[in-house]
Amino acid sequence: MSNLNTKAKELLASNTVKMFIGYEAGPTGLARPAFITDPEQTDRLIFDERCKQNLAVYLTKQEVKEYGKIAIVATLPVMRSLMVLASENQISPENLVVLGISPDGNLLNIADFSLMQTYIEKSDLSNPKGDEEKLAELLKLSPAERFEWWQNELSKCIKCFACRQACPMCYCSRCTIEVNQPQWIPVQANTHGNMDWHILRAMHLAGRCISCGECGRACPVGIPCHLLSMHLSNQVNRQFKVQAGTSDKMASVLSTYDPNDKESFIR
Amino acid sequence: MEIENIIEETPDVKTFRLKFRNAADADKFTFKAGQFGEYSVFGEGESTFCVASSPTRKGYIECTFRKAGRVTNALANLEAGDTVGFRGPYGNTFPIEEWEGKNLLYIAGGIALPPMRCVIWNTIDLRERYRDITIIYGARSVKDLVYKYELKEWSEMPGIKLITTVDPGGETPDWKGEIGFVPAVLDKVAPLSENTIAILCGPPVMIKYTMPVLKKLGFQDDAIYTTLENRMKCGFGKCGRCNVGKTYVCLDGPVFSLTQLNEMPEEY
Amino acid sequence: MESKLIRKESLEKLYGNLIADRKVYAPVKVSDKIEYRYNPSFREITFDHVRSTLSVKNLVFPKVENVLYFKNSKTESSVNDIDLNRIPEVVLWGAHPCDTAAFDILCSTFCGDIKDEFFSSRLEKLTVIGLSCHKRDDYCFCTSVGLAPDSSMGSDILLTLLENGDYKADLVTDKGSSLAARYPDLFETYSGQKSLVAEIKKKFNLSEVTKKLANAFEHPMWKENSLRCLGCGACAFLCPTCGCFDIQDETHGSTGVRYRSWDSCGFSLFTLHTSGHNPRHVQSQRWRQRIMHKFSYIPGKNGIAGCVGCGRCSSGCPVDMNIDEQLAAMENIN
Repeated sequence: MSNLNTKAKELLASNTVKMFIGYEAGPTGLARPAFITDPEQTDRLIFDERCKQNLAVYLTKQEVKEYGKIAIVATLPVMRSLMVLASENQISPENLVVLGISPDGNLLNIADFSLMQTYIEKSDLSNPKGDEEKLAELLKLSPAERFEWWQNELSKCIKCFACRQACPMCYCSRCTIEVNQPQWIPVQANTHGNMDWHILRAMHLAGRCISCGECGRACPVGIPCHLLSMHLSNQVNRQFKVQAGTSDKMASVLSTYDPNDKESFIR
Repeated sequence: MEIENIIEETPDVKTFRLKFRNAADADKFTFKAGQFGEYSVFGEGESTFCVASSPTRKGYIECTFRKAGRVTNALANLEAGDTVGFRGPYGNTFPIEEWEGKNLLYIAGGIALPPMRCVIWNTIDLRERYRDITIIYGARSVKDLVYKYELKEWSEMPGIKLITTVDPGGETPDWKGEIGFVPAVLDKVAPLSENTIAILCGPPVMIKYTMPVLKKLGFQDDAIYTTLENRMKCGFGKCGRCNVGKTYVCLDGPVFSLTQLNEMPEEY
Repeated sequence: MESKLIRKESLEKLYGNLIADRKVYAPVKVSDKIEYRYNPSFREITFDHVRSTLSVKNLVFPKVENVLYFKNSKTESSVNDIDLNRIPEVVLWGAHPCDTAAFDILCSTFCGDIKDEFFSSRLEKLTVIGLSCHKRDDYCFCTSVGLAPDSSMGSDILLTLLENGDYKADLVTDKGSSLAARYPDLFETYSGQKSLVAEIKKKFNLSEVTKKLANAFEHPMWKENSLRCLGCGACAFLCPTCGCFDIQDETHGSTGVRYRSWDSCGFSLFTLHTSGHNPRHVQSQRWRQRIMHKFSYIPGKNGIAGCVGCGRCSSGCPVDMNIDEQLAAMENIN
């Protein structure tokens, strides 16, 4: 990864950016986000198949934003997240240096968002095979069987909100579940309340989720909550012919009215 | 408990006079100045307020609150005769026995007068045990002053010096009190620090600017007391919300001397 | 503390006797995770696990617990207490010393001057049959916080695997001795056979860390170390010694329930005042609170660490906020 480290060192040493966000290896061998401000520390950076966390989530965090201009290592899911965040005015491209990186670790030339858009449009945006297979399996079940399956999974939920905190698109300073006038979703972690919470989150992400799967990976009790959002993304794609995160000027699919929208639900 | 009486102090602040429905509860209940309780509207939740009446007055307790969140808004919609839940008393107390024979300087800002009102009345009711009592109270504007009827009462009592102030711009044409922020007024009034205990309560910004003035006037750390208004839930040291350093504000406080406060990390 | 021998076959008989008249909470393997279930079959129980996903604190501190019922309308207002006598007897089977010692640490908060009746009643009705660890992984650090893989802290009976596949049963408390006395033929004489206990090297010196933390409130390491923290509650909820909770009301018409549920100091809303003022408004302050509370404030007050070294926080953290790595580094700060 000498290319990445060299570039990082150069960006920090020249003061082009105040902080470099990438990946490093922890003591147990797992990859984790790394925040480097000292050009002498860039040897910590790694990039391989372990590096899956969606780093875009940090760009809306207050203590990270305080650093000013930031460089970030961007795999395809991260790039798409950046597009969604930019189209929702949560990040400004002028404060960001994006180091696009291909799955085999090569630095890409995407010096600005329009080059990033070109790259995204040329890429394979399909969901991970394993997840699609699981979804297909679930969709073969009857609605009652599917509901029971999800009830079983969601009874394990402890409402730790790792799913929400790991998602770059969940940046609301006061989440709907934290509003208590009125309390839309019950606070307690019983099965019913857990279902309400996950369904609500999936609905708020419909049309915005780029299927990075981070929420499912983050869940400490192993609930595949990413499948819910992934299914809704597939639906949005089918109905509105839109893939989230392919442009930084996309209007939000579900809050935009287009006279050409299908009205097949009106019978 | 049942609401006996409601007073509208300001457009968004109310005082409730509460009495126990159950006579046995009323007989068992005692408290001391400085303690607080968890008041609730069943179905909405609980909220933490101090007991704003003095323990020298038996048969009822009073609490004063501002409409701010879910529970306080629900409380504000209640009428006389309605039910209010109460858990308490919790917390430590103002050490008024240690203050006997001294002058007392009370400094309060805005909605922070209620936590002080209990100890002010407590010491007034035991007047002969204390020397001079000075009360400096400020609010943003005339209509934000709470306990207006009692301010008048205090100003007419012998041996009590009351100075009220409003922020610049908050005065009305017939306002006869001071105009200025509480720290500035304290500086102007410059009460003597000798043999005096200062008790203050107010929003964090007021406390921040008042402390240096008190130090300038010569008050030592162990002669300055305050009551903290941290977020508290359970009230007796279990839920962890009010944990600051080694202390739990609900158990070791909410009354703290400046000496104790200096040992705590600034997370309140 | 008396030591007895219990053979593998006798363990199965003991289990059979226990589930006949009460609930037994035992660890089973569910795909690649370990979960505790009530009354599984003996064959399903695992004796080889290192760590279950969730801790067993929900036996004494459930993730949601009703504290009172109420009726509230213009005409009627009443409160009904929970009947604590209805809490059933439970036997916790096969919990490792990190989980059992956690009950004592939780007790230091929940018992004490003002007893938490809910917690205490559940603890009284609980019998703990602990299991020493003969396996460990890289996340374990119980020896760094004053515990050991064969510590009897918190157990009523502690089982330890012996070389020949049988178990040593230490009768730690009166509750454990009385339980063993009910099945005298299952608990035989122990003649010093060798135990198999995992070796867990110390990763840091706790007293050194506590000493350094006493002056480290303003240290820049809090921000540096916590930049990747997402601010979720995974560590607090998986942790066997975290006992912070929230209290909420829920109504259906004019009847309702007041309950308490797990909460975490890592959430931004934990210390938020309704006025908008938040004493811990950024994540580094909340991360600092977690570490200071467990490794500085609690040791200062109660003399023990607020942590059992089970490693769940590190293994469950989505971004590897590896707690023992950070604590080991804290030994060397200035």
